[in-house]
Amino acid sequence: MGSYLVQRFLLLIPTFVGVTLISFLIMRLAPGDPAELRAGGGLRGAGEGGLATEKRGVVDTAIAQWRAQYGLDKPLPVQYAVWMKNLFTLNFGESYKDNQPVVDKIRERLPVTIKLNLLSIFLVYLVAIPLGIYSATHSYSIGDQLTTLFAFVLFALPVVWLGTMAIVFLCGGDFWFIFPPGGLSSIDYSPDWPLWQRLKDQAWHLFLPVLMLSYAGFAGLSRYMRSGMLEQLRQDFVQTARSKGLPEGIVIYKHVLRNSLIPMVTILAGLLPGLIGGSVIVETIFSIPGLGQLGYEAVLARDFPVVMALFTVSALLTLLGILLSDLLLAMVDPRIAFGRRG
Amino acid sequence: MEQVNENQARGETLSARVWREFKRNRVAVAGYYVVVFLVGVALFADFIANEKPYYVHYQGKTYFPIVRGYFEKLGLLKVAPELVNADYQQLSHQGALFPPIPYRPSMVNLDVPFARPSRQHWLGTDRLGRDVMAGIIHGSRISLSIGFVSVGIALVIGVILGALAGYFGGWVDLVVSRLFELMLAIPTFFLLITIAAVFPPSIFLTMIIIGLTGWVGIARFARNEFLKLRSLDYVTAAQALGVSNRKIMFRHILPNALAPVMVSVILGVAGAILLESGLSFLGIGVPADTVTWGSILNEARSNTFAWWLAVFPGIAIFVTVLAYYLVGEGLRDALDPRLRGLR
Repeated sequence: MGSYLVQRFLLLIPTFVGVTLISFLIMRLAPGDPAELRAGGGLRGAGEGGLATEKRGVVDTAIAQWRAQYGLDKPLPVQYAVWMKNLFTLNFGESYKDNQPVVDKIRERLPVTIKLNLLSIFLVYLVAIPLGIYSATHSYSIGDQLTTLFAFVLFALPVVWLGTMAIVFLCGGDFWFIFPPGGLSSIDYSPDWPLWQRLKDQAWHLFLPVLMLSYAGFAGLSRYMRSGMLEQLRQDFVQTARSKGLPEGIVIYKHVLRNSLIPMVTILAGLLPGLIGGSVIVETIFSIPGLGQLGYEAVLARDFPVVMALFTVSALLTLLGILLSDLLLAMVDPRIAFGRRG
Repeated sequence: MEQVNENQARGETLSARVWREFKRNRVAVAGYYVVVFLVGVALFADFIANEKPYYVHYQGKTYFPIVRGYFEKLGLLKVAPELVNADYQQLSHQGALFPPIPYRPSMVNLDVPFARPSRQHWLGTDRLGRDVMAGIIHGSRISLSIGFVSVGIALVIGVILGALAGYFGGWVDLVVSRLFELMLAIPTFFLLITIAAVFPPSIFLTMIIIGLTGWVGIARFARNEFLKLRSLDYVTAAQALGVSNRKIMFRHILPNALAPVMVSVILGVAGAILLESGLSFLGIGVPADTVTWGSILNEARSNTFAWWLAVFPGIAIFVTVLAYYLVGEGLRDALDPRLRGLR
């Protein structure tokens, strides 16, 4: 078991290096020199042609200095090495936009996105597991077929559409005003409010974003649960349990359910990156100041240090998720750690 | 067709058997017809929504402007001098037949911004007075071509990597599996918007990057198929005869592995269409003046009173994606009837 985990962990290292390499290369090979971009705000404002020659010289010196300061004049491999070294001290550099340390920006936004994602993962499992159990125990019934069709419909619903529809129809436009059009809390929100009022305000704001992040998961996970359970139901031990006279309820909920929950653990790792990517759209639609919105704004502004940091952080989170689910899986199913060939 | 006896069943080819199984699934067949319909709309978009008439009688001569337009684009015909930059709607012609939607998606008409759905504009107009119906019809071209081309790219990458990993196993498999993990760990959508945003917007680039990030599912499928097939007798026989590995992989195993891979290809088209709508919703990837389903939706976000901008393009995306999913799932069941209902 221990050696299995060490092996899994070691295999994650090249993956992590690969992610950092990809994000580094994209940023550096993208058209547009970061130094020019950084100075760009002021330059473009004056207009390239409008700048007197001696002033242009001043700007050029500034750019050269800045480039030297941030090591951008060194060859790419050296830059990469320096960036990697800084990663280990959580030094992601400073934002091109406002010179704030990137770490602070991420630290500020991370709780929001994590809150959203945890809530939606919780909601996904809460809805999908009972739905899957129902479908499996009533397989081929009308109810099961309706659930199947419903799952397809949910799966095909684009989040950009549902989100926009919600904003147009439910959030105080010309139609209904049931939910707030965005943000995390009301304008007059105050920490002095009684607890229930604060919770109510939170729930009111988070309901739609969390739902948007979750509904595709209902479909996917309930299908997965259903097939997992059906597979277990065909196993011999189920027949044994039934033939020794156990009530159907115990067979299903004690024997079958436990075994079919095992693969649901692995899905968790697969859900994580999707949720972080998905939160770009959801956070943008509902103006939620999380990592997704930060990333989208950074991408548009070509704020490369922020973008690179986000790549690294979310890759790290995902790899941790993979490791965690491997660990859980090995814990609940000892065959995995022993039986697997390298 | 319902009653197929043993001999017939044994004699029929794989594709015939799959098609027969597929046809029994009514929902999947419905999806199939929707897909055919959508491809038809995309192919004939110019004939459904166009500001040019099918034919026009003008100054004693008859012209076929839409068809002629194709030849003009190819340089085979010159633009008729009396019809250069003609505004066909205002032309004092002696009879003309216009398509049901007499607009081009890029036709700006600032007299009617945000027009509600009406007889003139079935699905209303946007901020610049562009007809939404025309936008959706021509947008299907962009959606479908991005869907097919990007999945084509993903298919090539996925099959090659999956084949290598599954056929050779060992360290090749280990390396390719790290690549799978890498793609899993990268926030793909974030990668997409980053690349799409830092390079100048183009449909071509969007196709390529969706393809480059979307091969993992196909590769996994291909790997598992190759892993299964490589231990079959006919492969061992081919190896014993000294057939080269490349030939065994792509001539002998691939045709047998392709059918299951097709399922993930069809599902991949749906995924790519969803991705593209997300990208153009965020306003990146596709040039700003190109009308796509996602870009119409995007306008609704900042103009919440214009509900028609939110409702209709979304229906188009939803119906398209659902149809592809249903066909993909139907094909999966048809390929392996034993699995029916397992998902």
